[in-house]
Amino acid sequence: MSNEIAPLTDPGLPEHIHRKADVDPRAAKRAERQVGILFLLSVFGTLLFIYAYVGIDESIFIFLPIMGTTNAHQLFLGLGLAMSLFFIGMAAVHWAKTLMPDHEVIDHRKEQRSKDEDRSAFVATVKERAGEAGLGRRPFIKRTMGLALGLVGLSPILLLRDLGPLPENELNETNWKAGTRLVTDPGDRPLKPSDLEVGGVAQVQPEFPPGKERHLDDIAKDSVLLIRIRPEEFNLDPERLSWTYEGIIAFSKICSHMGCAVALYEQTTKHLLCPCHQSTFDVTRAAKVIFGPAARALPQLAITVDSEGYIVAKAPFNEAVGPSFWERDSK
Amino acid sequence: MSARERVAGQVANYVDERTGSAKWLKKTLTKVFPDHWSFMLGEIVLYSFIILLLSGTFLTFWFDPSMREVEYEGSYEPLSGLKMSAAYASTLHISFDVRGGLLMRQIHHWAALIFMAAMVAHLMRVFFTGAFRKPREFNWIIGVGLLTLGIVEGFLGYSLPDDLLSGTGIRIAEAIIQALPVVGSYLAYFIFGGAFPGEMFIQRIYVVHILLIPGIFLALITAHLMLVWYQKHTQYPGPGRTEKNVVGYPLMPVYMAKAGGFFFIVFGVTAFLGAFASINPLWLYGPYTPGQISAGSQPDWYMGWLDGLVRMAPPLETYWFGYTISWNILIPGLIIPGIIFTGMALYPFIESWMTGDKREHHLLDRPRNAPNRTALGAMSITFMLVALINGGNDLIATHFDLSINQIMWFTRIGIIVLPPLVFVITKRICLSLQRADRELVLHGRETGRLVMLPHGEFIEVHEPLSPQRAYLLTQHEQLPALEPVAADANGVRNPKGAKAKIQARLSRANQEQIAKPTPKEVLEIEDHH
Ligand code: HEM
Ligand code: FES
Repeated sequence: MSNEIAPLTDPGLPEHIHRKADVDPRAAKRAERQVGILFLLSVFGTLLFIYAYVGIDESIFIFLPIMGTTNAHQLFLGLGLAMSLFFIGMAAVHWAKTLMPDHEVIDHRKEQRSKDEDRSAFVATVKERAGEAGLGRRPFIKRTMGLALGLVGLSPILLLRDLGPLPENELNETNWKAGTRLVTDPGDRPLKPSDLEVGGVAQVQPEFPPGKERHLDDIAKDSVLLIRIRPEEFNLDPERLSWTYEGIIAFSKICSHMGCAVALYEQTTKHLLCPCHQSTFDVTRAAKVIFGPAARALPQLAITVDSEGYIVAKAPFNEAVGPSFWERDSK
Repeated sequence: MSARERVAGQVANYVDERTGSAKWLKKTLTKVFPDHWSFMLGEIVLYSFIILLLSGTFLTFWFDPSMREVEYEGSYEPLSGLKMSAAYASTLHISFDVRGGLLMRQIHHWAALIFMAAMVAHLMRVFFTGAFRKPREFNWIIGVGLLTLGIVEGFLGYSLPDDLLSGTGIRIAEAIIQALPVVGSYLAYFIFGGAFPGEMFIQRIYVVHILLIPGIFLALITAHLMLVWYQKHTQYPGPGRTEKNVVGYPLMPVYMAKAGGFFFIVFGVTAFLGAFASINPLWLYGPYTPGQISAGSQPDWYMGWLDGLVRMAPPLETYWFGYTISWNILIPGLIIPGIIFTGMALYPFIESWMTGDKREHHLLDRPRNAPNRTALGAMSITFMLVALINGGNDLIATHFDLSINQIMWFTRIGIIVLPPLVFVITKRICLSLQRADRELVLHGRETGRLVMLPHGEFIEVHEPLSPQRAYLLTQHEQLPALEPVAADANGVRNPKGAKAKIQARLSRANQEQIAKPTPKEVLEIEDHH
């Protein structure tokens, strides 16, 4: 393929222009001094670093405009280090630019591909050597080798099996059972309906029997938000309404999108907002998604009160909490 | 001979007698490197990687990659007595009780941001100048690999300290794994050693962060640089520069001094940022617990575009035959990034197929002379920027008093409408720049000086271009578009008919150019004056 339009003639490399330091010894001397001073600034930086390390106490804070109150020890350590490095660099570059030869030189380039005869010799060698192995003539070896090589990769994969247990049914389960008391998080105090005013929110966990410790794995599934509004504000079907108690409604706090904590409750609109991707859930309509990428409402926990008047779960969650997964029953 | 020269000679002799490398070394020391500011972007990537190795190694001396629960007893009072993981406690220890520890943490984090930013800038330089063309396709692919790994590495590093913010990031990563069809929940259980968050994750990603990925980085960077060395650097076009030469400065001493000096400058600037610009003050966030979250959760910017895509995804989930598929996670979290990165890796081959150009190229393109490619690049950047903006939608909303709803809809529509729009506009701009170049060559530069002709008319004086400048503006090739071969001479239909048609169509779009002035036109104009 040829170039349709012939180019203008190439005028060649522009003429070399001498720098001041190339022709004027005084300028060269000056440049030399400048390089030296830059190196000395670096030395000063290192000294500052050492001084800051041993001499500035870590409890001293100073005030700087823009930055505000800052730890002096850390600041001068950093400043010293920055200077010691930066000025070595400046010195070297200045040296190269003013005093080292600045004649552009030309190197020649040949095509990347080898000469034709080298290539054909290479191809011939490959063919010949591959032929010596005789794979083409011995299909049995070829097939068994393929099989062996294909299977040998299984062992390392199998070895990874013990990285973790199988999920079994765990993703569908939480520690909530019928009759489990709701306890405050933090505090572990059981709650009565009177503890929560209209407009109030509480983060709760299931009560654990004495001796059982609460791990992060538990919190990652069990966290529940308890919200109280006026009962007439609910817009629920009778079943879901029966899961509430005197205006108190409970939702899983683990976002149905990707599992962040749905932490923001807006009292006036009665919306729950997940700060991760702003999925917004309407509390009055059983945490239906009204905005954002979440595709499912937050699971609702059915609650009631026990004989002593404490709020308890009426039943476990009727669906898996948290983000979706392949086996999830999402009817 | 001075004493110094004698020593240099002895060293050279010593080395050569043991390696026989005199010839190679001589060639190496006089190797020519073209000079241009944009060639320093790749250097910044390399230097910040070295800074990451140095500062990261320092951090490993104290960091304890364990999720074991401990009670904090360090000198940061507000968290005193709080239960937290050993990882978080040791990060606080580095920040408050190791001299220079906070500085190193901040240098490490700043270096990571600079590393990623320089990598993206370097990639753009390579893309817009066409430096990825034959014979440099391998290096482009290595580069895409490095970019991908960089994102993963940065995310893992961010996850190590186990503060509330980083734990939230891990939670999201777990949700993406869990969303994978068929294998998702199994994979999540294996990686986390059980239910989220478990007690294994940090020690596992620690090994990946400090050994596995840095090792792969080292290998890939070495290969990348060896190829640059061996293939010789590309150069910008200009008088005296051809496909058959390299014009620049020799490695020793000029280039060595400049590059070596530049390393110290990059390190110095990173240290300055580490000293003066606070980054990731994780003692303010508190330890991770899945039941809490800090408002305004933000990943680092190189993850921000992914977060933005996830945020704008429509709430789509299907339940078919008893199985749940979270399209709202899979599309923005895996499918779109997969398409983007695969497309990016294959682009050199796609372009050479579209143009039918299979030759080597060592002279860079001026972006305006490849309008289609430049427009494609601008379009991709627009896509990323819209996604990134949406990744910060909560911050933007509070800063500019907008509602998140408005930003979400702006970006949902914008990410579909804006990239093609930018493509068209960029292409037009490139073509008008080509037209301007043509005018310049034919009519010279406008001087702003007016002269009055004898009959009273004013004209502006045009100054002819220097031959160097005129050459620069006309040196590029303008290839003709490919002709579709529908049928051969005997009327047999081309078996690749449809493919060839598409290729010809793309080639036509690609080769849309303003014809550059021919030498004849230039001569005519000159005679005229
Ligand atoms: C090449 C790319 C690398 C990137 C992009 C990267 C990025 C990061 C980031 C963003 C953090 C969080 C820092 C914070 O704000 O506290 C981090 C933490 C850490 N990195 Fe790296 N890193 C890289 C390489 C390395 C290497 C080579 C090592 C060690 C040999 C290392 C060791 C560490 C350690 C120990 C931590 C946790 C300690 C802490 O956060 O204070 N990193 N990394
Ligand atoms: S995790 Fe709640 S919106 Fe994404």
